[in-house]
Amino acid sequence: MDFSHLKAGPIPYLAWIPLLPLLGALINLTLGRKLSRGTIHVIAIAAVAASCALSIYMVFGPLRQLYVSSPEQAGNIGITQHVYTWIEIGSFKADLAFRLDTLSAVMILIVTFIGTLIHIYSTGYMAHDPRPAAYFGYLNLFTGAMLILVLAANLVVMFIGWEGVGLCSFLLIGFWYEKEEYANAGRKAFVVNRIGDFAFLLGMFLLFWAVKSLDFQDLKNPATAGAAYVKAWGPERLATAAGIFLFIGACGKSAQIPLYVWLPDAMAGPTPVSALIHAATMVTAGVYMIVRLSFLYSASTAAMAIIATVGLLTALAAAFMAFAQTDLKKVLAYSTVSQLGFMFVAAGTGNWVAAIFHLGTHALFKACLFLGAGSVMHGMEHGGSKTPGDITTMGGLRKHMPITRITFLVSCLAIAGIFPFAGFFSKDEILGGAWSVDPPGWIPGYGKVLWAGLLLGALGTAFYMWRLYFLVFSGDERSEEAKHAHESPVSMTGPLVILAFLATIAGAIGLPHLKSPHLPAITHQLASWIEPATAQTWYETKVPIQPAGKANNEGCCCIDGTNNPVGTALTKDGGDMTVGACRELNPPGAPRSALKFTCADHNTKQCAIEKQSDGTTWGLMAIALAIGALGIGLAWMFYGRGPTRTLERLVAGPLAGAYEASKNKLWVDEIYDAIIVRPYRALSRGLLEIVDRFVIDTVAVNGSAFVVGLFGRISRWFQNGQVQRYLTGLVIGAALVFMMSDCKTHATFEFERQGDTIILRAKPGAGVSGSTSTLYWDITGDGEPDPDPANPSKLLTGPEVRLRAGDIHASRVTLIIEDAVTRKTIKITRTLTDESAPEEVHEGSAK
Amino acid sequence: MPGAFVLPLIIGLPLLGAIFVMCTPKTESSLHRGIGLTVTTITFLVSLLVLRYFNAKLDTYQLVFDVEWIPVLGAHFKTGIDGFSLYLVLLTTFLMPLTLFGTARSIDKNVREFIATMLILEAGMLGAFVALDLFLFYVMWEVMLIPMYLLIGIWGGQRRLYASIKFVIYTMAGSLLMLVAIFYVYVQAGSVLGGYTTDLEKLTQVALPYHAQVWCFAAFAVAFAIKVPLFPLHTWLPDAHVEAPTAGSVILAGVMLKFGIYGFLRYAMPLFPHGAEVWAPTIAVLSVIGIIYGALVAYAQDDVKKLVAYSSVSHLGFCALGIVALTPYGIGGSVYAMLSHGLTTGGLFLGIGVLYERRHTRRLAEYGGLWKQMPVFAGLYLIIVMGSAGLPALSGFVGEFLTLLGTFDAGIDGSPVIIPVPTILGALATTGVILGAVYLLFMFQKVFFGKLDKAKNGKLPDLTGRELGVFIPLVIGIFLMGMFPRPFLNAMDPTVKRFISEFATRQRECDGPAHRYGTMVMDKDGKCPAAPAGAAAAKTTDAQIKDNLDAVAKGAAAVEKAIAPAAKAAEGGAP
Repeated sequence: MDFSHLKAGPIPYLAWIPLLPLLGALINLTLGRKLSRGTIHVIAIAAVAASCALSIYMVFGPLRQLYVSSPEQAGNIGITQHVYTWIEIGSFKADLAFRLDTLSAVMILIVTFIGTLIHIYSTGYMAHDPRPAAYFGYLNLFTGAMLILVLAANLVVMFIGWEGVGLCSFLLIGFWYEKEEYANAGRKAFVVNRIGDFAFLLGMFLLFWAVKSLDFQDLKNPATAGAAYVKAWGPERLATAAGIFLFIGACGKSAQIPLYVWLPDAMAGPTPVSALIHAATMVTAGVYMIVRLSFLYSASTAAMAIIATVGLLTALAAAFMAFAQTDLKKVLAYSTVSQLGFMFVAAGTGNWVAAIFHLGTHALFKACLFLGAGSVMHGMEHGGSKTPGDITTMGGLRKHMPITRITFLVSCLAIAGIFPFAGFFSKDEILGGAWSVDPPGWIPGYGKVLWAGLLLGALGTAFYMWRLYFLVFSGDERSEEAKHAHESPVSMTGPLVILAFLATIAGAIGLPHLKSPHLPAITHQLASWIEPATAQTWYETKVPIQPAGKANNEGCCCIDGTNNPVGTALTKDGGDMTVGACRELNPPGAPRSALKFTCADHNTKQCAIEKQSDGTTWGLMAIALAIGALGIGLAWMFYGRGPTRTLERLVAGPLAGAYEASKNKLWVDEIYDAIIVRPYRALSRGLLEIVDRFVIDTVAVNGSAFVVGLFGRISRWFQNGQVQRYLTGLVIGAALVFMMSDCKTHATFEFERQGDTIILRAKPGAGVSGSTSTLYWDITGDGEPDPDPANPSKLLTGPEVRLRAGDIHASRVTLIIEDAVTRKTIKITRTLTDESAPEEVHEGSAK
Repeated sequence: MPGAFVLPLIIGLPLLGAIFVMCTPKTESSLHRGIGLTVTTITFLVSLLVLRYFNAKLDTYQLVFDVEWIPVLGAHFKTGIDGFSLYLVLLTTFLMPLTLFGTARSIDKNVREFIATMLILEAGMLGAFVALDLFLFYVMWEVMLIPMYLLIGIWGGQRRLYASIKFVIYTMAGSLLMLVAIFYVYVQAGSVLGGYTTDLEKLTQVALPYHAQVWCFAAFAVAFAIKVPLFPLHTWLPDAHVEAPTAGSVILAGVMLKFGIYGFLRYAMPLFPHGAEVWAPTIAVLSVIGIIYGALVAYAQDDVKKLVAYSSVSHLGFCALGIVALTPYGIGGSVYAMLSHGLTTGGLFLGIGVLYERRHTRRLAEYGGLWKQMPVFAGLYLIIVMGSAGLPALSGFVGEFLTLLGTFDAGIDGSPVIIPVPTILGALATTGVILGAVYLLFMFQKVFFGKLDKAKNGKLPDLTGRELGVFIPLVIGIFLMGMFPRPFLNAMDPTVKRFISEFATRQRECDGPAHRYGTMVMDKDGKCPAAPAGAAAAKTTDAQIKDNLDAVAKGAAAVEKAIAPAAKAAEGGAP
């Protein structure tokens, strides 16, 4: 179908959806300081509301039309609109493109609808804040970025939104920046999110490396991506590595262990912000991203196991930490972390629909809770409270804030999973999915472990939420301020009522699959809506299943290794298929699966994991409901009319350790501070002082400069232009040469035979060659000067003497030098027959 | 070539302006500032003509202007641009008037000389970017060094002497090594080309012996690595930045640091591909260290300017990593990151200038809560900070993303892989994303968030109209580069492709023993001839080397023979 006409000006409708809020932000952030408060409100709300209207049009108009009219396109229903090519170089290309499919449709409806409500609510809540333009500008900016995130057609564009919402979160958490700890909280959120984004980037790089595209459609398309996966690393290893990296990104954004620590601190922001960003929308981006990439995750058992495990641990730990908090918003924050854990377990068990379902219902009731909390704090502030979020000072507010109380009650019922509120259905679906999942590669029965863990988490949820409810609204006022609290204006209660109403009925879109003949046929509306956009079956790529061997129009069924049909088999009319027909469809040799698959759609012959039987479904529902009720009961027991004595005894006695651990949030912040923050500071300080200042600058750079300078200084002393100094140098130098030379250059002599004649030539060496020294020769070997054989009256003397061979009695000849100046006698003895170097004997003695 | 006049013109204009300003009376400060602004603005407008003549589809040098300069040396005044230098030139001409407009007023002594210095600096930088002649490049390289030395040394802060001398000696040490290598290349190439030349295009046709390439590359690399600056050659930078006046810092970080990377791309890597191959692992590892180290050390600073200076070490690390990754998006991203860094870091320094003019301190502890007092400035500064931190849709992201992606994908499309473990290096470099946020947000928070508790900060005025005139173009640039990077990338794409394919060809073709010994001229396809070219080309194989040695030995014997009678005669003649 051609959607190119869906545009206004050069910009397609899908781009307008995020663009409208962004324009609102642009106006308010640039001109806002000159506008009146009313104008600012109108601009901001109009931008989001228009975006909401456009979203509704796009989803229920063109997209629904497409969905209804082309079932054969299952798995590929969606509208893609390109705005322009954003980055292109070499073979890398990223379009600024948006894609509306059934999954992103759910998200944009949530974001724009709840966004609009919260904008309206904010006009009341922030009525007295001095910087409305900045506030509404950021809020609009956030909405725009979030819409980019969910509508993105590729990972790079998604990353624009991903980081954009992080920036807005930073700005809004630190909105009241004058308080140092608020600013710190904002920075903490951004930095922790950046840790996740680092992994997100690595995941992207890895996927691009393997597939050469980051477009969701290309990544999903087995024709292009499948081959690339296999070529790169084999499908599972690549999916596992990329999946885990991207999941770490999701951990940052969606506040999962170990990166959840920013979310509780994020409560520093204005309460409507907490409702919109830190409960309903931004923090669910991680869940959305995983479901968006379900085709990738469904190829990796390991990544799925990690997601489910991290989700479960987060759900439990956060629930535990929520028990002893005394700040209204902190309880809600931990609750959000915990509920996000539930969603991740759903995603990790391949229960994509349940993850999105819970995301949606949670957005409704948690937004309602946060806005309710805002309303309570607003009321308490008007009552004169300086610590409006402290639940120990509340109590009895039901009398003063009836509307807030009712909406809060409804939301608490929903989050505790009480029938028929929305949370019941979505939570039940997650629990049911965990119960029945049992893929190869997982520890057998791990699904049951997840289920049991979640059940415990659900118990905790019901308990701490109702503890909160009782402490705030029941019993008597525990402070003067609480007595003077009053109900909030209609701009605040209006959104509360709408959200509470939706939290009551929204479960209807996701009624469980029940096939009982006693009940009317129920379809899971949301599932059939979303499933085209998610991986149809977990393990689609890993375990090839062939539901229909023959191209048979009769229907489909799945068969196990023993050639017996498993699960449900459907004929084309939706009836049961006989065993024989099923075997005929799956001839021997067709791939088999150990999993229990069931025919999901006889048109496409798709298999799905077999859903549990009706009995199990009912049983699980009953257990979940009972657990919810138990939690509420426990909360009522301890807090029904304010904190009870029993509780105080327990907290002081047997539960003291647990209570402290919960109150101190398991000391995680302190641990991180000790093992990450402080070492980081020390490292950077140490590198600066030791490596930069000392090793490089002092030793290497200034050190070499110093050495050069030293030589310079020494030579400068000589070469300063004073003639006297030059002369002094000259004299000293000459003296040194003179003094040292006679010890340095040793005297020796040479000899030469010419026939009979032996010529001895003295080489007197430096310093003794002057006319003052006298040379004598000893040719008899006695060490004394000998007379000249030719003229015995004279001693043999002079530097060169000629002798006949016979004159030399011993072969040893000694040259004797007497120096008149130094009064030294030097003797040098050589053996003449020997051609080798003279054997020198130096004897010096004073005369 | 059409438009050839543009490049010499934009070098000449600032030079003429500098001469003109020196001819005006010394006391007319505002006249000097006016001249400076006018000249740089005209230069910017003229430089925009480049876009008109530049054909983004071509991969060759364009707007080439070539006249003989020093015939006896074979040096030409040859200028031209390609995809690498196109936007770097525009960045320079764009930043110059902004800087003068924004900061000239903060200089009040020797204004005339200051303007002249800045103009000569601009001429030198533009000259070095567009030079296509090794000699011209070296001259321009030194020309821009001296004005910067003067800027720091005369108009600098407390420790300006130490900083300026450190800057000059560091840079000179590198450039001298480069000069030696230039001589070598010049002589070697001259002997095989049949005439001495410093024309880059002709020199690129020459393949030097393997080991000579390794040494020459090292010599060039030291010069460029100091400029980048790569760890551990970076310590001049913080000192220079801290002491330089705002204008100096902006130009130093905004433009001059780019010469390091640009030098690698334009000279070191094309001239010595084998050298690049040998040294690339070192460069890659040092870049990654620089990315992480710079970010860590930036966080430990108390001085805002030092913090931003160290952030440059970190950011330029991405660029250096990108070029040795040798992938289209690695190199393209690297050039893009340089452009973006010019805007963001330029903006960061200008912002510090704004603060410094008002408070005369750069200590973080002296600020806090300024958002309340200067909301417009805070908002604009936040955009610049986020651009620097690589927030998508702002300019920093595109370059950072592409360089990292390029590192990961080393070897894509048949490009040679010259760095080890690219995935691991890429992953380590990616941590810069986290660390960058840590120190930038730390700085932003210290300055703008918190209580406005210092009495002196309570009276600070928000941006003046003049300052807005500086920041708004920068911020618009940051947005445009973040959201519409295609025009920039398109212009680079052919050049990047040519660069990689040439590098690959040369590395592949001119390899093996045949290439280990002799200098030779490559043919048009970039292939090395099988036989040595020209008679002068020394023996190029082991066997031939042996022949050479034999010939020498024979020659020696012949000489001995020839002089033997004379020697005998001499002996006989002795008594």
